[in-house]
Amino acid sequence: MTNPNQQGYTPYHNNFLKEVEQNVEDGTWVKMCMQCGVCAGSCPLGNAWEHTPQKIFMMIRAGKREEVLKSDSMWMCTSCYNCIARCPRKLPITHIMHGLAHYAHRLGLAPKGQPTREIAKLFWKNLVKTGRANELKFSLAMYFKDGFKQGIKNALGMQKVGIGLIKAKRLNPMEIFGGHKCKDKSGFQKMIAKAQEIENSKKTHIA
Amino acid sequence: MTAIIATNQTILVVGGGISGMTAALEAAECGKQVILVERNSSLGGRTALLYRYFPKMCHPTCGLEINLRRLKANRNLRILTQTEVTSVTGQRGDYTVSLKISPRYVNSNCTACGECAKVVKKEIPNPYEYNLSRTRAAYLPHAMAYPQHYVLDPSIIGTPDADNAKAACKYNAIDLDMQVETIELKVGAVVWATGWKPYEAAKIQPYGYDRFDNVITSLEFERYADPHGPTGGKLLRPSDGKEAKNIAFIQCAGSRDQNHLHHCSRICCMASLKQTQYVREAYGEQGKSTVYYIDIRSIDRLEDFYRKVQQDSTVNFVKSKVAQIKLDEKTGDLILHGVDTEGYHRYATQHDLVVLAVGMEPESNGIKLPADLITDSSGFIEGSADLGQIAAGAASSPLDVNRATQSATAAALRAIQVVYKTSAIEEAR
Ligand SMILES: Cc1cc2nc3c(=O)[nH]c(=O)nc-3n(C[C@H](O)[C@H](O)[C@H](O)COP(=O)(O)OP(=O)(O)OC[C@H]3O[C@@H](n4cnc5c(N)ncnc54)[C@H](O)[C@@H]3O)c2cc1C
Ligand code: SF4
Ligand code: SF4
Repeated sequence: MTNPNQQGYTPYHNNFLKEVEQNVEDGTWVKMCMQCGVCAGSCPLGNAWEHTPQKIFMMIRAGKREEVLKSDSMWMCTSCYNCIARCPRKLPITHIMHGLAHYAHRLGLAPKGQPTREIAKLFWKNLVKTGRANELKFSLAMYFKDGFKQGIKNALGMQKVGIGLIKAKRLNPMEIFGGHKCKDKSGFQKMIAKAQEIENSKKTHIA
Repeated sequence: MTAIIATNQTILVVGGGISGMTAALEAAECGKQVILVERNSSLGGRTALLYRYFPKMCHPTCGLEINLRRLKANRNLRILTQTEVTSVTGQRGDYTVSLKISPRYVNSNCTACGECAKVVKKEIPNPYEYNLSRTRAAYLPHAMAYPQHYVLDPSIIGTPDADNAKAACKYNAIDLDMQVETIELKVGAVVWATGWKPYEAAKIQPYGYDRFDNVITSLEFERYADPHGPTGGKLLRPSDGKEAKNIAFIQCAGSRDQNHLHHCSRICCMASLKQTQYVREAYGEQGKSTVYYIDIRSIDRLEDFYRKVQQDSTVNFVKSKVAQIKLDEKTGDLILHGVDTEGYHRYATQHDLVVLAVGMEPESNGIKLPADLITDSSGFIEGSADLGQIAAGAASSPLDVNRATQSATAAALRAIQVVYKTSAIEEAR
């Protein structure tokens, strides 16, 4: 490129904002942020975020693709909705955070071993098996996610809570044998597979 | 009440703030007949309750005084206070307006000697101090009030207080039999100069205006700074009367916000910059002002004022919309939480007093306006499609005094054109 005007323009040629707008749930809202900082200050988990939502929106606009998608910041969102309630521009911040996390996950860029991501994966696997959440198996899977020894330790540590839940009929120990399922399990699984197929065909992945 | 003569050559001005006074005077000084109606007991509007004006830091009383002198000298101008417009019908050149005049219980014999106030026992929250102090139920609205006549609060009518006031008056100025009057007038053009009102601060939930004593509005701060105000000009905070020396100003409190007012109120940045100078005036280097802002909007040549304040060592700027205010129970101080967007630093900063730079919304929001009056998405008045009704000052847009009076002069000119054309058509017939 010899045209100096074009050279000057290149750094601003922002593919990442466009990529986010096309692929991330509610991504089209990112450009509406006026950088007031209210979302950043309103997040109850704010201290745990490396980049606050406001900063992430700026990073997207600045084309910082790797830094954003590999970040574990948006995985910190607990869906408290404080930021949405206060945002003067009414950005659906919570949804954008989940959208970004999901997109990073699909691209395989999300940080490995990030606890929220691991829990989400376990929960998904647990749910699609029978069409019903099996809470007992889910808890056990969580205990044992860091190995057998740690799993026993975790299970013993939570023993009292577990017994309490069983007594209060909030947890059924029989769930260990497969557990309850929805009426048409294979129909349900077909539906999920189809939904995933549709979803994937919609997404244009810009590398 | 003496009969009011009005024709379709008459211009009606609604609202007697700086804009309404200006529009009325400009038209009357051009020889037009003008009726100026004001809902309150005195002319002056919101500016009469400001301590100083940006950018020159002069006193509002000065401008008011000049206008009042012009007003007294003019024979074409008829002023009705305690009067509201209840309906406007018709079209340009031919309006019928209904006015409702509330009783003042004091007539024009009043010399403002104040003898009545001495004998009235009842006290009421002072409406001319945003209820920050109390006043006797017989009172002069404020030092610059026009007309310079006392007012009896309706709540004492029929009580011994009213009878005592009447007996104390040497000039036979108190008339307890005054009733609500309604009158109908013909006018040719209407200027709406109904001004603005502050956005209701309590609606901004995270700032706790309704929960924390030491969170106040910028309007209240004007009263605290004014030597004629409730604290005699001392910056004393409401909870314990302690001198507030470390003051936070929060910008865009209720403005530029989809949850509140959508528009930028335009003058509040300048108002806060001005108010930091009240703090300096009170304490010199000992005072501290911190302005929390999204971006500072000091338009046109007002930018110079901003530059000057930026140089002031007692004023700090934090680029951040404050997320939440929490109370420190022990001290009554407030802790402001947020993230500084310059560097993304999280802060929790303690202040003695928090001043909310509340937004301006049209005073006419919530009242029934004539059907053909066009308003913008925030309710500011644009005028009628046939141009017979014209908006002036803060009724038309959030304007400072300078721009409000410019807009008022323009409105007067348009009103004159309306009645001029009306008379030309009539002569041709
Ligand atoms: C905190 C703060 C500080 C400010 N400081 C400055 C400053 O330093 N310098 C500056 O230039 N500007 C300042 N402003 C802006 C200034 O207050 C406005 O520019 C000014 O008040 C506009 O005058 P106005 O006559 O248009 O409206 P108003 O002052 O609101 O007057 C309107 C009048 O109309 C009357 N009225 C309303 N409705 C009716 C009705 N239905 N019937 C009859 N009468 C009615 C009201 O009683 C009132 O008297 C400040 C504003 C704020 C919020
Ligand atoms: S609160 Fe809204 S406008 Fe403000 S920084 Fe966050 S997303 Fe942007
Ligand atoms: S003038 Fe300043 S404080 Fe007022 S709404 Fe506009 S930006 Fe916010």
